[in-house]
Formats: sequence, C-alpha cells, structure tokens
Amino acid sequence: MNESFTLGSVTFKNRILTASGTFGYGNENPDLVDVSKLGGIITKSLSWKPRDGNPNPRITETPSGMLNSIGLANIGVHKFISEKLPKLKILDTKIIANIAASSVKEYGDVLELLEQQEGIHAYEINVSCPNVKEGGLNFGNDSKQVAVITKELRKKTTRPLVIKLTPNVTHISEFARVCESEGADAISVINTVIGMAVNINTRKPKIATATGGLSGPAIKPIALAKVFECVHAVKIPVIGIGGIMTWEDAVEFFIVGASMIQTGTANFINPSTGISIAEGIKMYCVKNSLNDVGTLIGTLETDKNVSVISSWL
Amino acid sequence: MQQLYAPVLQLEHLTKEIIELTFRSSYLAETIRPGQFLNIRVDNNFPLLRRPFSVYNVQRDTISIAFNIVGLGSSILAKKHIGDSLDIIGPCGNSFDQFIDGDYDTAILIAGGIGVAPFPLLTASLLSKKNIVTFLGGRTKELLVPNHLSNVKFATDDGSEGMKGTVLDLLKKDLAENNYGKIRFFSCGPSRMMKAVGDFAKELGVLCYASVETSMACGIGICQGCNIETTTGDRKYKLVCCEGTIFETQTIKLT
Ligand SMILES: Cc1cc2nc3c(=O)[nH]c(=O)nc-3n(C[C@H](O)[C@H](O)[C@H](O)COP(=O)(O)OP(=O)(O)OC[C@H]3O[C@@H](n4cnc5c(N)ncnc54)[C@H](O)[C@@H]3O)c2cc1C
Ligand SMILES: Cc1cc2nc3c(=O)[nH]c(=O)nc-3n(C[C@H](O)[C@H](O)[C@H](O)COP(=O)(O)O)c2cc1C
Ligand code: FES
Repeated sequence: MNESFTLGSVTFKNRILTASGTFGYGNENPDLVDVSKLGGIITKSLSWKPRDGNPNPRITETPSGMLNSIGLANIGVHKFISEKLPKLKILDTKIIANIAASSVKEYGDVLELLEQQEGIHAYEINVSCPNVKEGGLNFGNDSKQVAVITKELRKKTTRPLVIKLTPNVTHISEFARVCESEGADAISVINTVIGMAVNINTRKPKIATATGGLSGPAIKPIALAKVFECVHAVKIPVIGIGGIMTWEDAVEFFIVGASMIQTGTANFINPSTGISIAEGIKMYCVKNSLNDVGTLIGTLETDKNVSVISSWL
Repeated sequence: MQQLYAPVLQLEHLTKEIIELTFRSSYLAETIRPGQFLNIRVDNNFPLLRRPFSVYNVQRDTISIAFNIVGLGSSILAKKHIGDSLDIIGPCGNSFDQFIDGDYDTAILIAGGIGVAPFPLLTASLLSKKNIVTFLGGRTKELLVPNHLSNVKFATDDGSEGMKGTVLDLLKKDLAENNYGKIRFFSCGPSRMMKAVGDFAKELGVLCYASVETSMACGIGICQGCNIETTTGDRKYKLVCCEGTIFETQTIKLT
C-alpha cells in the first residue's frame, strides 16, 4: 500500500505532518512519539530575532477547542540552527521550517539563512503575522502582500515552498490563486480562526490579548469548507489543517481534496496522534481495497448543482 | 516521561472538599520525584485538554493525586469508579530535588489549600536531612489536609482550625516566636499567597522555592502556553510546565 506523497523534490513517507507551534521544534519528546512514523515535522514559526511572545494567560479552553495567543514566541532562526537543527537532522522524517516575519525582507532573510543549511526539506510560510510597515495589518489578510512574499521567496529556493493561509478572510480561494500564480508548491489551509472568551466574574478576557486563535475540533467544519473552496480554485496541492483528532477526520479532509494533513491541537492531548492517524488510514484503505492513499484525494461526491462558495445561502 | 493508562484503585474524601484519587502505575511510582505533576485526560471527549495535578502520595506501585472540584474536569475525576482507566502523561516538570540540599537547618513548608498536594513527597525527601515545619492555610478547615506532613500549624480565614487569619500571618507570628536556625521556604498555593510569601522571604534574606501554576495546553513543552515572566536572565518568559513548575521566587514575577 502506497502511503507516500511527493511534493516537488521531496517525498514524504506518509501524508501526515505535525502543525507548526504544536510540536515544539520537533524533538522535545522522543519518548512519547516515534517521529519516524510521521511524514514530516513542521517547526514552530521561526523569525530572524528571538521573540518573547505575549503575556500570560496565553491559553484557554473553549467548547471543543482552545484559544491561544502565544504571539509567535520562538528562539529565533540562529539559535534554531545552532541548537535544534543538529538534533532534527538525525531524525528519520522530513523537516519543514515554518517562517514568520514582520517584513517581506525578514521573510527573505530567514529563508536565505535556512537555505544554507542541510536537513531542511521544505518551507511553510506563516503569513498570519502583523506587517510592521502597514501598521500591524496582517500580511495574510492582504492578497497583494501574500503575492509579494510568495514571489520573493520563490526566487530564493528550489525546496518546496508552502504558504499557510488564514481563514480570517472573505474568500480564501483568492489567496490560494495568488500563491499558485506566484509559484508556491502547495498551500496549507487553515491557520487558527480569530476567537474570544470572557471570564464573567472578573469581566476580563480569558487570554491576555483579548482575542486569539481558535483551534481544535471546533474549527474542523470551517477548515473542511476552506479546503473545499481552495481545491476548487487551484491545482497545487492543498494541505488540510484544523481540528483533526482521528483518522476519520483525516479521511474526511482527503475526500474533500487535501493531499496531506497536519495535526495541531491534537498533539497536546495525544502527542502520538499522527501515528494513530497513519495507522487508521492504512486500515481504512485496506478495508476499501485502495492500494494508494492518493486515490482517496478529492473523491467527494457532490450534486452537480453544488457550487463551492455559498451554496447554502 | 510516558503516556500510559492506569487503573483507579480508590477515591476517598480527605475532607468535605478535598478528594484523593489513587491509581496503580509502577512506572510512575518508581520515577516520580517530589513536586512533579501528571497531565491527566479526565475524559475521552470533554474537556478537550488534559488537566495537570501534582502527585500527592506514592506507596509501592500506587500513586495518588489530591484535588478539589473547581470545574468540569475535576468534577469528572471525582466521579471515577474503581477499575476505570486514567490516561496520564507524566512525570512532568522539574522537582524539588535540586533545591533540597544546602546550607540551612529547617525547611519551612507553606501551603494554601490544595497547594499542599506536592508536600507529602517533599516531606518524605526532607525528613532524613532537615528539620521541617509546615504551615497550612485555607478558607476553612475543609481545605486543610495535614496527612503525611511533619510538624503542622494551621491558619483559616474563618478560624475553624488553628489561627484565624492567613497563612502568612501565621508564618510571621511563628517565626517571630521561634528560632529554627537557618531556614529555607518551600511554598505552593494561590499565586497571591506565593507572591506574599516570596516577598517575605526576600525581606528575611532566605531562599524561597514556589511551585507555580499557569494554564497549560500540553504540559510537555510543545505549546508555549504556560509562560511566566522572569526577573533575571536574557529571556522575558520561562515555561512553567518544563522549566518549572518550581522556581526560586525572586527569579519570577508572581502576581
Ligand atoms: C502544575 C499544576 C499542578 C496542579 N496540581 C493540582 C493539585 O494537585 N490539585 C488540584 O486540585 N489542582 C491542581 N492544579 C490545578 C488544576 O489543574 C485545575 O484546578 C484543573 O485543571 C481545573 O480543571 P477543571 O476542568 O475542573 O476546571 P475548569 O473548568 O478548567 O476551570 C474552573 C476554574 O478553575 C480555574 N483554573 C483552571 N485551571 C487552573 C489552574 N491551572 N490554575 C488555577 N486556576 C485554574 C479556571 O480559571 C476556572 O475559574 C494544578 C495545576 C497545575 C498547573
Ligand atoms: C498553541 C498554538 C500555537 C501555534 N503556533 C503556530 C505557529 O507558530 N505558526 C503557525 O503557522 N501556526 C501556529 N499554530 C496554528 C496551527 O499550526 C494550526 O494551523 C491550527 O492550530 C489549526 O489546527 P488544529 O485545529 O489541528 O490545532 C498554532 C496553534 C496553536 C494551538
Ligand atoms: S503547557 Fe505547553 S509548553 Fe508548557
């Protein structure tokens, strides 16, 4: 049974990745997870300089999900290269470096530095970051900015370049198209959904930044709809993320059209979620006489009249 | 650290408000160190995230936690049946071990309410090495559990047990009346209490180690959700779940 997936020059042993920010830098808990059974690991978002991140509290649980306001806290790309990468290189899985930045130049600088390192197999670009030049407006909410970032980074690397999109826009397909036309190899869909929770006794927001990113099972239907929208807009592979806890969830994303999936919040609850998902998918394929997981992708049966956007209105 | 399933052996009310839950795990019983915690999935579905609990006691191949009911997770734990299996990740966090040895005579343990949870194991480690005096404070006597401790003195807000007042009032009064030689503080409880105890330790010029609580998503160092502000070093924050939970109080900003 073929579980592998090839993106550009890189072949992943299966279609399961760990989502950025939900698996540390990748090697934190070797006793809990055998990462060699995963297609790949995506690092915490890396910026040029270390970032402290936001004040506490950064986390709160919400119905079927959680809100976070970590604030892209990370050790910075230099320390990542000197302290973490040597330990990642020896792992028997693919390493995808996720990059966050506050200017187009910073995205480029981080990528260029990583480009000189062995052991990085691909990049995922987190565009859900405030653009300092534009007064803190999110890059990911402006398709022109996403186009510029994709174009600039494409020039600098032949490694697979994946752009990770935010769902907090009107039409995510517009962003997907921009990434495709500027040369991205794939898109990751979705980052967290903006959300909020309030403590009614103190009348304070439950996380220090008031609003934060919602993740977990609560966002799975949103993520599926966004993947659905994107796979109909572009030909490049779509990597599905959002609330995936079980192999059944993963299969749903494949049927809708995702070529790979990532587990995020699930890793906090069961760090080895990705492995159980990979095993479950294998069993599902055997049971359904599929000899390649790839034959599942985009097999959604819909009525011809169903259109991708707002078909329910 | 492992993820494992442990069968529940016993559920016992230590007071009206505090429950001890005992389960079997020889791995945890062998590896756990004083002050470490376990991250427990209380139910397969909801709540979603694991809940952190300090290890309260260890006996042969059994291990226990002590908790009071504050929300959904703890109320589900309180309804576990004997034989139910608990999904646990642990041991998590640093331990008191590295802070036990040193140039002092008497360990002063200060707990607020269920903050007493890590102290039975700490007491066991200290017994052969140092003198121990333990100060327990709580709203009422229903929040005080003096089991497996040494030389315990009480304070309650309502005066239902020991001195009427806060544990800090009691501590100050007691230290004024007694000479324990060189002392070191160990504290666990509400953040405000630990801050006050830490400030007092600073006044006295003694070291004070506090076990800190923050909200946590993973408990194993991969989410960055459990930050506490530092006062020293080049990093603004440290992670409570893996760099703590135990810190010297002058190195962190308690609020
Ligand atoms: C390292 C660590 C060790 C702990 N050890 C113990 C222990 O030995 N015994 C014990 O009873 N409790 C302990 N706690 C606290 C315990 O984890 C929480 O009480 C529990 O998670 C609450 O879950 P819940 O679903 O019942 O309540 P929720 O519904 O999640 O919350 C109910 C209320 O409790 C508050 N709360 C939730 N989590 C925390 C927290 N971590 N700290 C402070 N307030 C919180 C919430 O803000 C809310 O007001 C520990 C916490 C940490 C971080
Ligand atoms: C605590 C936390 C931290 C995250 N940090 C990052 C990050 O640094 N970079 C990034 O691109 N996405 C980050 N994400 C988003 C996840 O990678 C993922 O897109 C999102 O959580 C949705 O997936 P899930 O529902 O499976 O968690 C983070 C999510 C969480 C919950
Ligand atoms: S709780 Fe996740 S890093 Fe500490």
